[in-house]
Amino acid sequence: MGTRNYRRKTSHSEHGPGDGGRTGSWRVERPVIDQSLCIPCRRNKEACFICWLYCPEIVISRTIPPVVNLEYCKGCGICAEECPTKAIKMVDEANFAQDKKKRE
Amino acid sequence: MHVIEDGNTAAAFGVRLCRPQVIAAYPITPQTPVTERLSEYVEEGSLKAEYIPVESEHSALAVCIAASSAGSRVFTATSANGLLYMHEQVQWAAGARLPIVMCVVNRAVGAPWNIWNDQQDSISQRDTGWIQLYCADHQQIIDAVIKAYWLAEKVSIPVMVCYDGYILSHTFMPFELPEQKKVDEFLPPFQAEYALDPNFPANLNTVTLPDVRYDTRGELAHGYMEIRCLLQEDLRKALGAASEGEKMFAQIFHRGGDPYIEPYRCDDAEYVAVGLGSLTYQLRVCVDTLRKEGVKIGVMGVKFYRPFPDEVIAAALKGKKGVIVFEKALSYGYEGALASDLKAALYSHLSGTGKMPPVFNFIAGIGGREIHTKDLTGALQSVVKGGAAGEPAWIGLKL
Repeated sequence: MGTRNYRRKTSHSEHGPGDGGRTGSWRVERPVIDQSLCIPCRRNKEACFICWLYCPEIVISRTIPPVVNLEYCKGCGICAEECPTKAIKMVDEANFAQDKKKRE
Repeated sequence: MHVIEDGNTAAAFGVRLCRPQVIAAYPITPQTPVTERLSEYVEEGSLKAEYIPVESEHSALAVCIAASSAGSRVFTATSANGLLYMHEQVQWAAGARLPIVMCVVNRAVGAPWNIWNDQQDSISQRDTGWIQLYCADHQQIIDAVIKAYWLAEKVSIPVMVCYDGYILSHTFMPFELPEQKKVDEFLPPFQAEYALDPNFPANLNTVTLPDVRYDTRGELAHGYMEIRCLLQEDLRKALGAASEGEKMFAQIFHRGGDPYIEPYRCDDAEYVAVGLGSLTYQLRVCVDTLRKEGVKIGVMGVKFYRPFPDEVIAAALKGKKGVIVFEKALSYGYEGALASDLKAALYSHLSGTGKMPPVFNFIAGIGGREIHTKDLTGALQSVVKGGAAGEPAWIGLKL
């Protein structure tokens, strides 16, 4: 199937999830949130959300608790770096792969 | 109206007549007067444009890319190392299919440092996907700027208008200044096919995968290779569009006729000298001298270098005894780029016809070395007397 009749002659994309593909597969380390340290979780208040603010891929939700969309999170680690209470740890993806195997 | 001005002012007049909305440029010798004139026009209000002074040539073209993406008609100009500094953005502008017009005032590139004229700067940008026009006098400069906007917007490809530093940029010459009314008739306001709109956010020219893919709307979108192939196809189509534009231009302004080449005494010529820019006008003097001696010789200026008008050039040179290419630039490690392109065109169209002329290559005026007309005549005579085509020969070299 060809793209000759595609309406544009350049790379053009409109806002929407996953425009660059399922970038979650790029991830080497996964951000894991420790809710006992996370400010909005501890206070049960809409507060902090530094992780949501700094995430360059807009994959962290502004919710209690904040949720990372792992389908698109590239694992850059900026959230972990910026979290004021060090509630986010970057964990090697290999650990999760092994967990999955054990379950099977 | 007839005026007597320098080449840079001719370019600035041309730009003002085209009513650009955004101008961003960084001064570099010998381009500086173009940007000075334009900033004065904006200051005095005779040109209603946003003039954005920037900190580098890379930024100058980046500003033009952004403004063009937002649907504005834009202009920039540069020379030599400035052009090389914006090289990344030069490629980007072509891939993004933005109808930017840029004047390149030809100057030698460093190292060693040199501010005088040759054409190494724009020739080194040959393969960037821009359309390249070369001018031989001030009338051609002002006309080329106006035609450049028409063509760029017609085919969505940026255009470089190249003219020799000092020899054209800083010398005074009479030329016809077109009326604003006629330019407006030739060049209607720019209507972008797509313009950035904050109400409808979009990503432009983001990462493109090696293969085609479905976009967020579920439509199959081009891969990188498709986008690049479309640029190549449209560059080749630009040859036809240029001819159409030239016809329209000739109807309105009663000038021009052939957008690709400018032959002089070539009809019955056995030998033809070929070059880019002002050098071809100097070669006319040599042709006149040699004609008096009974040599059937002409000169052909190439005005349209990319996309290369291979068919037109091959047809014009068919059956000649010799083609002598004079160049102020070199594809280092081989020969002049124009000579190579010309040989390829002759081979493609005349191979096996027995009418393929041998091609001779001379390199002259590198780094502003004075080109003496008698030396050019001597080079032509050496070919006519039966010189062998081989490595490019340097004119006026003191080595």
